[in-house]
Amino acid sequence: MALVEVKKLSKEYKRGVETVHVLRDLDAAIPEGDFLALMGPSGSGKSTLLNLIGGIDKPSSGTIDVGGQRIDNMPERKLTQWRAQHVGFVFQLYHLMPMLTAARNVELPLLLTGLSRSERKQRVAAALALVGLSDRAGHKPKELSGGQEQRVGIARAIVSDPSLLLCDEPTGDLDRKAGDEILDLLDGLNKEHNKTVVMVTHDPHAAARAKRTLYLNDGLLGTEPEA
Amino acid sequence: MKYLPLVLSSLSRKKLRTLFTLLSIFIAFLLFGYLAAIKAAFTSGVEVAGVDRLIMTDKITIINLLPYAYKNRILATEGVDAAVQSTWFGGYYQQPRNTFAQFPVVAEEYLEIYPEIVLPDEQRRAWLEDRGSAIIGRALATRFDWQVGDRVPILSPLWRNKDGKNIWEFDIAGIFDAGKEGFDTSGMLFHHEFFRQGRAFGEGLVGWYIIRVTDPDQSEDVARRLDGQFANSSNETRTVPEKAFMQGFLNQIGNIGAIFSAIIGVVVFTLLLITGNTVAQSVRERTSELAVMSILGFSRLRLLSLVFIESFFLAIVGGGLGLLVAQLLVESGGDPTNGFLPAFFIPGEALWAGVFLVLGVGLISGAFPASRALRMQHVDALRRAA
Amino acid sequence: MNFTWFSQVAAVTGVSLRELPSRWVSSAVAVFGIAGVVMVMVGILSMAAGFRAALSETSDPRVAMVLRASSTSELDSGFSREDTLVIAESELIARGEDGSLISSELYVVVDVARKSTGTSSNVPLRGVKPVAMDVRGNVRIAEGRMFSPGLNEIVVGSGARNLFAGLDVGSTVTWGTNTWTVVGIIEAGGGVPESEIWADLHSLQSAYRRGSSVQTVRARLASEDDFQSFKDSLTGDPRLNVSVIRERDFYADQSRLINGLITGVGYFVAVLMGLGAIFGAVNTMYTAVASRMREIATWRALGFKSSAVFISVMTEALTLGLIGGLVGALIAYVVFNGFQVATMNWTSFSQLTFAFAVTPGLIKSGVLYALLMGLIGGLLPGLRAARLPITVALREL
Repeated sequence: MALVEVKKLSKEYKRGVETVHVLRDLDAAIPEGDFLALMGPSGSGKSTLLNLIGGIDKPSSGTIDVGGQRIDNMPERKLTQWRAQHVGFVFQLYHLMPMLTAARNVELPLLLTGLSRSERKQRVAAALALVGLSDRAGHKPKELSGGQEQRVGIARAIVSDPSLLLCDEPTGDLDRKAGDEILDLLDGLNKEHNKTVVMVTHDPHAAARAKRTLYLNDGLLGTEPEA
Repeated sequence: MKYLPLVLSSLSRKKLRTLFTLLSIFIAFLLFGYLAAIKAAFTSGVEVAGVDRLIMTDKITIINLLPYAYKNRILATEGVDAAVQSTWFGGYYQQPRNTFAQFPVVAEEYLEIYPEIVLPDEQRRAWLEDRGSAIIGRALATRFDWQVGDRVPILSPLWRNKDGKNIWEFDIAGIFDAGKEGFDTSGMLFHHEFFRQGRAFGEGLVGWYIIRVTDPDQSEDVARRLDGQFANSSNETRTVPEKAFMQGFLNQIGNIGAIFSAIIGVVVFTLLLITGNTVAQSVRERTSELAVMSILGFSRLRLLSLVFIESFFLAIVGGGLGLLVAQLLVESGGDPTNGFLPAFFIPGEALWAGVFLVLGVGLISGAFPASRALRMQHVDALRRAA
Repeated sequence: MNFTWFSQVAAVTGVSLRELPSRWVSSAVAVFGIAGVVMVMVGILSMAAGFRAALSETSDPRVAMVLRASSTSELDSGFSREDTLVIAESELIARGEDGSLISSELYVVVDVARKSTGTSSNVPLRGVKPVAMDVRGNVRIAEGRMFSPGLNEIVVGSGARNLFAGLDVGSTVTWGTNTWTVVGIIEAGGGVPESEIWADLHSLQSAYRRGSSVQTVRARLASEDDFQSFKDSLTGDPRLNVSVIRERDFYADQSRLINGLITGVGYFVAVLMGLGAIFGAVNTMYTAVASRMREIATWRALGFKSSAVFISVMTEALTLGLIGGLVGALIAYVVFNGFQVATMNWTSFSQLTFAFAVTPGLIKSGVLYALLMGLIGGLLPGLRAARLPITVALREL
């Protein structure tokens, strides 16, 4: 049973008078426990697809099914709740709150739960330990290296224990060594914690760490770079 | 309050800006309170005027005197409960710029007609017993730092005494407070008998009468009846409710209230515009942060309330402190004229208006950024940040 | 400092000023804030200036006033006819076509309704002889004619005519048992007589049963410098018990309290509000600097001096201040200048009309204050821009 299933998915938007078709009648399935790399040239729609699966963008037509729930027609309020419970996001530019410490950043998603203060503290500590940053809990993003910032970003993505992890160019702004550490971390989360990981990247080296790679080209999905 | 760190962190993002914003809100409300007090100083006489009191003056002009003989006829008039005469003494202390109001009155009658005068019992007794003594208002006592027991010389250019001098001396028997906020405590009251026996001229004449009616609803009829009695005499009278009398005075000063209201309006509006812009700007700069939080699952309602908590925090802390400091400043005698104003306080309604304005500031300065947060598209917001 | 430095400043400043419109919202807020402060300040102070002008500045320094010793106002002064004759003996009094320029005057207060509210006000009614105009020097008939001696005719100050009801030429008014006809309107360059009503001295004396007594004597001296000798000769005269004061000083004393109150409130409000406006300007300039971060770094990387960058920020801030100041002063001028009001002159218990005066001096200080706000507002952001490390700034955004 696939965790994510999209059918006849289309996304278009207007740029001035012309209509741009980003995705066209796309079908795809991502099984539970998968570690999928999404590749493709700039503007091919890989980030759009990721955003659609994560419920932060709405398709023009087609259906998106995640964990047995249709999210394409979910009202905004429910979708927001759904995101908080089921999806973790990792961004290229980390998007940490600059004024909050690493621990406070990680704690953000937990504020939406009914957990008590001590429970939240425990979970944050566990997530930070998992990404190997226990000793940096009190630091602000400015005081961390890029790799460390991204690890805080990952800790924030997993702290509420979602089954699906969506990563948009997670190593795009990092050097090779730091990038490898992030990929190791994602790999571990996939294998040891059974997270389904979808990663958009344009770096073949990063894609090679995934279980499989799909290529988006001209709105269509394929298993080969040149469709 | 698990969101508190979140709000505090966004406020501390640009500490200098937050401080400036707080300070401008603070100043806006400090000025609001202070100007309201000045406005009240000019207008409170009308507010505190007794509904059961009438003022009778000469019909042609207030500076003409009335016969003392009128008093019994006033008292005999139907609907009149009590009456007391008073006169403009027009004196000053040491030099002309120290002018203040002094009135020779009949002590027992005056205190009864003006229950607003709050005087400790022993001081009241001392004043009633000593015909050469006077009582002074709290504001006046503060102005010249006078104490009970002081002997003060007052020079009245209007009234020469039998020694051929214009200097009159009074022992201060008591200091009265206002039993009602806004009641004038900038003046001095002394005994009419002392005045009558001491003055070199003007025998049989007094300045005006303060008349208490039995039924306030009938006061217009009583006034008409009184003026009718003295019509076609050499001293025709005009009797008006105390409120109208005060209002007339106020109108003579000019439309002070309106001028001050206009100033308050411009001041507050200008400062709040500046504030609103600052808050809006700081939220605009954080659009991508709001987008991230929304992606993490913060509902728009929750983001909205975060923005509002922030704007209300600024408004309440800055505005609340401003009103508080204004109140303290006014209470500790920040009267810019140093005692010339008959009363100096922030009226209750003005304080309430200030509180509502504080909340309004929070609401309005938060509304624009909040509506932005509400309309924000995740994808656009993130792209702008990238 | 040399030519290249100036061209650097010119280049950077030119760009920053050209970009001003693109940041128009926050620039407009800064301008608006400064304009608001200047408007309020100039507005309040123009009230004080008008009050001052009406009371003392229009009074000729050659006019001396004689009152009974220890009197503080015309109301409580008084002289017999004999006293006035003694005063008139002075050699120092100027001579006009019809004899000595000396005016004995009676001063009473009458009730007149205000046009705006309909409530009664105390307006001064002055009994004079026609010579009173020449004694003051600045009083002229603007409409109608002077009253005729011996008749119940009055002339009305233009300010009083505008603010109080029923005082136009041709109307009649009744005070007590006497009825008076308005035959003329007088002007006095904005001075006190414009608030008053003048009647013939003898008519007023008989109407108010004052016999031949008067309250004050005004004399026009041959020279301004004669005042002290005139004063000494009268106060030293054993037949008299008088005090002598220049008319303009007499009025200045009366205006001191109100003038001080208005001026005090005006500066208090202006200073506090100015702080608020400075915050607005600082904020705007920080935003301006932030949005120009990359541009500024580029200038610096090209070798432009940091002082040129600093000057460009300051110029922008001062431009905002100047615009705000001019706008505020202009609004104040349009709204307030000439706005006529009447207020109580506490010492004489009567109405004084005056017009708000937005003087060139006030406009100047308003604009200077606006520039000061701009200057302070630009200082910190300017320093930040000048100190910006080039590499950091290039990486920003």
